[in-house]
Parts: sequence; structure tokens; C-alpha cells
Amino acid sequence: MTAIDDATANPLDGEHPTPRAIARARRRVSRRAFVRAFARNRSGMIGLGVLVAFALLALFAPLLFPAAMLDVTKAEGMPYQPPSWAFPLGTDVSGRSVLALVVWGARVSLLVGLAATVLSMTIGTTFGIVSGHYRGVLGGVLDRLTDWFLVIPFLPLAIVLATVLGASLLNIVIVIGVTSWPATARLIRAQTLSVEGRPYLERSKALGAGNLHQMARHVLPNVMPLVLANTTLAVSISILSETTLSFLGLGDPSSVSWGTILEGAFQSGAVSQGAWWYIGPPGLCVVLVVLAFNLMGRSIEEILDPRADNN
Amino acid sequence: MALLEFDDVSVTYRSHGTDVPAVRGVSLAVQAGESLGIAGESGCGKSTLVGTVLRLLPKSAKVGGRVLLEGEDVNEMTWGRVRAVRWAEASVVFQGAMHALNPVQRVGDQIAEPIVLHSPGTSDKAAKKRVSELLEQVGLPADRADSYPHQLSGGQKQRIMIAMALACSPKLLIADEPTTALDVMVQAQVLDLLTSLVRELNLGLVFISHDLSVLATTCDRVAVMYAGQIVEEGPASQVFDVPRHPYAAALAGAFPRVGDPRFRYAPAGLPGDPPFPGELPGGCDFHPRCPVSIERCATDVPPLLTVGDHRVACLRADERLNLLALTSEGEVGV
Amino acid sequence: MSESVPIVAPPALEARGVSVTFSGRGSRGLARAVDGVDLALEAGQIVALVGESGCGKTTLARTLMGLERPSSGEVLAGGVALSYASRDLTAFRKRVQLVLQDPTGALNPRHSVYEAVAEGLRIHKYSGDERAKVADALGRAGLRPPERFFLRYPHELSGGQRQRVVIAGALVLDPDVIVADEPVSSLDASVRGEILALLLRLRDELGLSLLVVTHDLGLAWNIADRVAVMYLGRIVEEGPTEEVLSAPQHPYTQALLSVVPEIAGMKEIVLAGEPPDPTRIPAGCRFHPRCPVVASGEAARLGIEQACRTQPLPVLPLGGGHAAACHAVGSG
Repeated sequence: MTAIDDATANPLDGEHPTPRAIARARRRVSRRAFVRAFARNRSGMIGLGVLVAFALLALFAPLLFPAAMLDVTKAEGMPYQPPSWAFPLGTDVSGRSVLALVVWGARVSLLVGLAATVLSMTIGTTFGIVSGHYRGVLGGVLDRLTDWFLVIPFLPLAIVLATVLGASLLNIVIVIGVTSWPATARLIRAQTLSVEGRPYLERSKALGAGNLHQMARHVLPNVMPLVLANTTLAVSISILSETTLSFLGLGDPSSVSWGTILEGAFQSGAVSQGAWWYIGPPGLCVVLVVLAFNLMGRSIEEILDPRADNN
Repeated sequence: MALLEFDDVSVTYRSHGTDVPAVRGVSLAVQAGESLGIAGESGCGKSTLVGTVLRLLPKSAKVGGRVLLEGEDVNEMTWGRVRAVRWAEASVVFQGAMHALNPVQRVGDQIAEPIVLHSPGTSDKAAKKRVSELLEQVGLPADRADSYPHQLSGGQKQRIMIAMALACSPKLLIADEPTTALDVMVQAQVLDLLTSLVRELNLGLVFISHDLSVLATTCDRVAVMYAGQIVEEGPASQVFDVPRHPYAAALAGAFPRVGDPRFRYAPAGLPGDPPFPGELPGGCDFHPRCPVSIERCATDVPPLLTVGDHRVACLRADERLNLLALTSEGEVGV
Repeated sequence: MSESVPIVAPPALEARGVSVTFSGRGSRGLARAVDGVDLALEAGQIVALVGESGCGKTTLARTLMGLERPSSGEVLAGGVALSYASRDLTAFRKRVQLVLQDPTGALNPRHSVYEAVAEGLRIHKYSGDERAKVADALGRAGLRPPERFFLRYPHELSGGQRQRVVIAGALVLDPDVIVADEPVSSLDASVRGEILALLLRLRDELGLSLLVVTHDLGLAWNIADRVAVMYLGRIVEEGPTEEVLSAPQHPYTQALLSVVPEIAGMKEIVLAGEPPDPTRIPAGCRFHPRCPVVASGEAARLGIEQACRTQPLPVLPLGGGHAAACHAVGSG
């Protein structure tokens, strides 16, 4: 109990702060506690480390490898050169450094993955909470809509949409966002239904809360751990989806992503050439990033349960 | 020889690197055909204490003293002997047991489970016959064996749990808050059942509850626990009607006698909360909440003294305070 | 008390002919959870609504709070019929507040004590000093000094403290009525008295009216002015606490009292079985299948057995006295 007294030692003693200040103080306290708890979690920190490394690589790509290195016409090396000091990951079919390609590819893969996830989570969470909160006609309609989208197989839908919308980064984001929200919506809806049954929702209604207040102040915060954990999973799926779509040739041909590198590798027969340095690294990067997000997601989920450290 | 005897039993949990004493030096005995009530609230150690009888406590719990089941020390038993003893000599009806029923299995099969486990050669017919016997003993029609838990009411489920506990004809039955979640009428039915079972089968019964009035009507003797220790023990009606320890008086007063004008508009309660096992005040554990505490109580630990067939751990026990009058009027009578 | 004063002011909360029917699951038909109830809660009065699980007392309490709509009959607050339009309902919520059974469940684990108590003020867009009001409510609920509790979370508090937070959350809106559903049943025995004493103090100092829903007759004896006993959706006996619990007229009340362990000197009448579910309410007097008066032949001797089996009893009328819905009770 003393540790808890410490953590909640009132920073407001002796003042007359506004409620907003109180809320801010509380958020500060809980943020600090969260950061401390996360730092103690080894697998979470490993995941974070890997992601930070990739993010830095992606951020500093133009500095490390000038954009010119991606230009096929300015390729410096011989095609299909195995790894050497000059080209640590060898060269691709056009003689470009594979390392440069992979580092630049990180930008697109990560960006598209994150953007698509934000879109998918926003749609999915909103649908999930609203269809779980409003029973009756509205809830029923939203539920059927979710089912409808859920049942449609991802790949054919993605291919059709990509073909119709055309190949650009934004369209890829839209395609992935629109096809992956139903799974989230289902999950959030189930959690919402469980939260709806809890006495504090009833108390809120008894206090006079309207629907928006109930959903925003009670349902959403209690659904957030699931949302966050699901987000990390969703990012993994988004990155994999982008890689898949690009690999199938539906990606933006003018941009470099891990998927397009793989596409290029297969198209140019890297397998029969035995050019493992061309095929391996992009796939490996995808695996590492997905793993890192999963580790982080699990740690976040553990920490965000408010009763976790009171066992 | 007593059916069950706790001889200076202590239980310490190891949690986060610190030792938490859940039970400290408890000595009690139960004879065959006798029922002992253990009264107390959350954190007093009552569930932990009875968990020692069948070695049901987690590995992190260290048990000191002796727990004697028909003279045999439970902690010295081999693992095989413990498994044989569990359910066949002593069984438990757990708190919230009604929720411990497997929802996808018929209750008859669940009652038969311990029977088959203890006598592997039992034929289906023999098991079914025993299940019918048990259901009859607990006052349920035999066809209930084919029901699923969700088809039964709370009272019926509790009877099923009692039937399950009797399956292997134990000599000792431990009931941990068996009627807490039940309505008053169903509680009366279950209490009647337990009393008649004790009489007919000559069982020993250990009944745990926070409701002293229930213990007063069902048990022969009552022990009141606070912070891991016994603070009062004696014949049930005596402890309830004339408590010698202020905590026992508070428990007695918490469930007021309907019809007694002293309890009209005068709810009796204690300030503060029951202490956490690891955080005890100095001196008498109860003194911060005690309405009659004196200076000595903060420094001296009251010993458990025996007076006739009654035991009390209070520095002021010999003053014969009228503690029940205190709780409703705030003054000490004699 | 309330009988000597001419009743000029309308009751703080009233149910007139309220019925609440739920469509049963599958083929079980309609469940009449509340089957015709007249109940009045006067200003500054404490009424205990007593019964076993399934008798409809929680449904009735929720209907009086506007959380359920009655299938027939009406709910009145201060003499005015409750309107279910959302603005009127919100205004009504400021005057009638709820304290739930399980304080752990009633508090959102992610909200601090301050936020839990301030929630009501924020919903109703309170324009004054929120912090002062929250501190005041916490203080009145017995949590002192209030500031120490602002940043605490429910899981850091004991059961009794959590219940006080819930009560503070109800008090912060300055209600006229508090409906408490089993306010102490999930609390430790030694802590119950304090919470009950708090409720009494709120009535004495603030003039609050209290409707306490409970299965615990001892609680009713402790704090209630009047007791209403419910069985299978109807009130079967109602009156001042002293009269109903010392000299019960209805056989059901007599049986309930006889099995309360704290009572001495009353022969125990243990009723067999359990109350039937609300989809199968017996004909005639709804209690007759389990009634000891019928079972012992007493009813036949009084010549009312036929009436018990076939003639339903009227809803108990409102009034200051002690009434029971039973054919065996002379003039009712």
C-alpha cells in the first residue's frame, strides 16, 4: 500500500487547482507509471528496440543511401552480385544495392502499414462500439454490415479494389483499411457488450448520461486495452497485406517497398539464379517488424489492465 | 481422540519477497458429531486455516504446527495418503461452489466423479445407485441427476455441492460460507439439511461464515477469528448472546435482532476496515477499531485465556463489560 | 411520524398500478416481474422493499428510477407523472439517484475517485465550482479529508470506502431521493453498520428519502420507517416497520421472519421449494401453493381455502396503516 501511496502522492496539496489540472496531474501520474512498467518488461523493450531501429533507418534513408541509388539507370554494381564490402547485401537484377532498396523499402512498408491500420482501427472501433451500444434497429443493421464485410475473402476483394482504384500508395492504404476493419469491429463489439452489462454503465445511466457520454467515457476507455493490443496485431497484418499486394503486382510500381522488392526478385528469376541475398532480406525485415509489433502489443495489453500490479 | 485438531497452526504466504502471516498460532478441535463455527471477515485467515486440512494451499504457503485428522498429521502424510484422504475422510463445500459446477456436464456425473476416482472399479450401476442415495439425502428427487447446472436454482445447486461432498462418506465436512449467496428461506433449508446430516451421519462439521447469527443457530461451538488469530471461542449461543470480546460483539451486532427495540435506528458497526494480513498494528490487533480500548492495548498483546469452556483474548475480559449494550448505545454497561 | 402530519405534500416518489412485463425467453411466455404495485415514498422517509430473489423488487426499484418503463401504471415524482422524454428524464435524474449493490462493479476501474464523483456534475453541466462540490460530497459520505481520495482508484480502496464513493457520487447532485439496491450485502459484517449509519444520517441531516431494496430483514429493522414485502411481483404486506416485523399478518412474512437466524422465540416455518418463476404465477392467491395456512388445513377450517385457490387479491392500497394481501386476514 505504501508504494501506491507514493505513486498517488497528491501533487495538488496546498493549491486550488481546476478540475482540468487535476485530470492533467492524474494523466501525468499514470503516464509515468506506464512508462516505468513498460521499461521493466523485457520482451516489450526488445520489440520497441527493433521498431525504433527500423524507424530510424526509414527516417534517415535519404542520408544513408542517396535517392539516386534507387535509380535503375544509375546503378553502380553488376547484376546479381553476392554480398561484398561494397554492397553488404549484394545487388539486384539491375545492379542496385539491395541494402539501399531494403532501407528505402522500410519507409513505404512502415508508412502504409501504419496508415492502413489507423484507418482500419478507426472504422472498426467506431462500428464495434456503436453496434454494441445501440441494440435494436441501428445495432442490428451495423452488425449485419460487419458480417457482410467480414465474409468477403480479403485477397479477391483487395485485388478487385486495387484494380478499380488504380495503383497508388493512398489507394493501397484504402484497400487494406477497408478490408480489414470487420475483424476488429467484431472483437470490439463483443467487448462492448461485456462492458455494457457492467454496473457502472447502469450507474452512469442513472446519473443521467446520454449515449455519447456512455460510449465515450465508459465504453471506450474500457475497450482501449483491447483496441491497442489489436492495433499492434493489425499493423502486422497491414504490413503483410501491403507486402502481399505489392508482391502480386498490385502495388505502386514507382515506389520501393519490401513487397515490390520481392516482386522484382521473383519476376527476374532470382530463385533460379540462387540470389538468396535478394529474396531473403526483405522477407526477414517483414518478419522482424511483425514480431516486434506483437511483442510490444502483448506488453502493452499486460500493463494497461489497471489491476495488473495489485494481483 | 478428536476428529480434527489444529495444534498451534500457523500459515505464512511468501508474496513478493515478504512473508505474510495469514494464520498465527490457532488451536481448535472438532469431535465427531460436533459442529464448529468459524466466524470472521475477509482477511482473517479462516479459509486459509481450513485449507490446511486437505493440503489445498498453494506452494507458497508454509504451514507450521500440526493439523491432525483422526490423530494423523496431515503435513507428514505421503502424497498418496493425502489423495486417499481427500474427499474420503474429509471434504469441502467451497465458497461460491455453486459456480464451480461444470456447465456442460450433467450433475449426476459430476457427483459420481469422486466416487469413481476413489474406487476405480465401481460399475456405472453402482455409481448411479450411490448418486440417487446422495440426492435423497440432500432432499432432491433422484431424477435431478440428469439435469444440467443451468436448469437448477441456487438452492438446488448448493444441495448438489453438498451431495458431492458426501459422495465418499467422509467423516468431516468443511463448509466455507455455504449460504452466503442464498436467500433467507433457501438458507434456512440448507442449514436444516446440514444440521440433520450431522446428526444422522455423525459427521464433524466445520462451518465458516461472517454471519455470527447463522453460526449461533447451527453450530455447537463458535470460534471468532481476527487477523489470523482466535479472539474468542466458546459455546455458540454464549458467544452470540454474551460476547466477551469487542470484535465478537461487533459481529453479533452487525446482524441485528429483529424485534429488539435497541436496534431500531441504531446500526452498529466498527470504524475502519479489517486489517490486511501483513499490516498489523502493534499490541492488540484489534485496538485501532475497538470501542473499549485502553492505553495498554496499543502495547500489550492479549493472550488467549481459558475461562471454563470459553476462551477470550482481550485485556479487559475480566471486567465483564456488557459489550452488546455498548454497540447500540455507545455506553458501557455492566 | 408520518401519520400525525396531514399529508399535504405529494410523495417524493410513487408507483401507481405499476406492472412490468418482460417477454420470456423462447416459449416460456410473458414474465410478469412486477404485477400491479402501489407504493409511495414520502419526503424524509425510509422505506425498505423486502423480498427474495426473483420477487421483482429490483425491477420495481429500477422502474421507479426510470431505468425501466412500466408496461402499465405510472411512476410519479413529487406528484407529477414521469415523462420519458430524454430532457425530462435527465432532469428527473438529478432528483432521484441510485446506489448499487456491488460497489466494485459500480465504479469504472479506469476512473479515479474524483472523476467517479464528478461524473454526475459533468453530465448535468454543473456551472459552479466542481472541485468544491466533489470535496463536499466525499466529506458528507464520510471520506475525510476528501482531497486524499481524489486521485485514488477503486482497486486501492476497501469495500466500505468504495461504497462511500458511490454514495458520494449520488449525493453530489443534491437529490431528493436515493434508491439503494442491497447497499451493504457485499460488504464485510463489521463495516455494514457504518454505511447504514451514514444512510440514516443523510436522512436526518439532509431530509433525503430512501428506498432500500434488500432481502435482509435485519437491515429493514435497523433503518426503515416502513416495510413493504414483495412476493412474485406483488406487495403482500406493507406498513410501519415495528408493526410488520413484530406482528406480521401475511403468512409469507411470518415464514420469512421465523427463519431469520437472529430471531429467537419464533417457531421456524421453513417453506418448501422455491418461488415459482414469474412466467407461471399461480391462480388465486399467488402464494397459496406454498402457504402453510393452506397446507395445514387452517384455510379449510376458516372456510377460505376456495378463495385462496381461485380468487386473486387486490393490490394493496396506499395509506398510513398496516395492510396485508391475504384472505385469512379479517378485514385486511
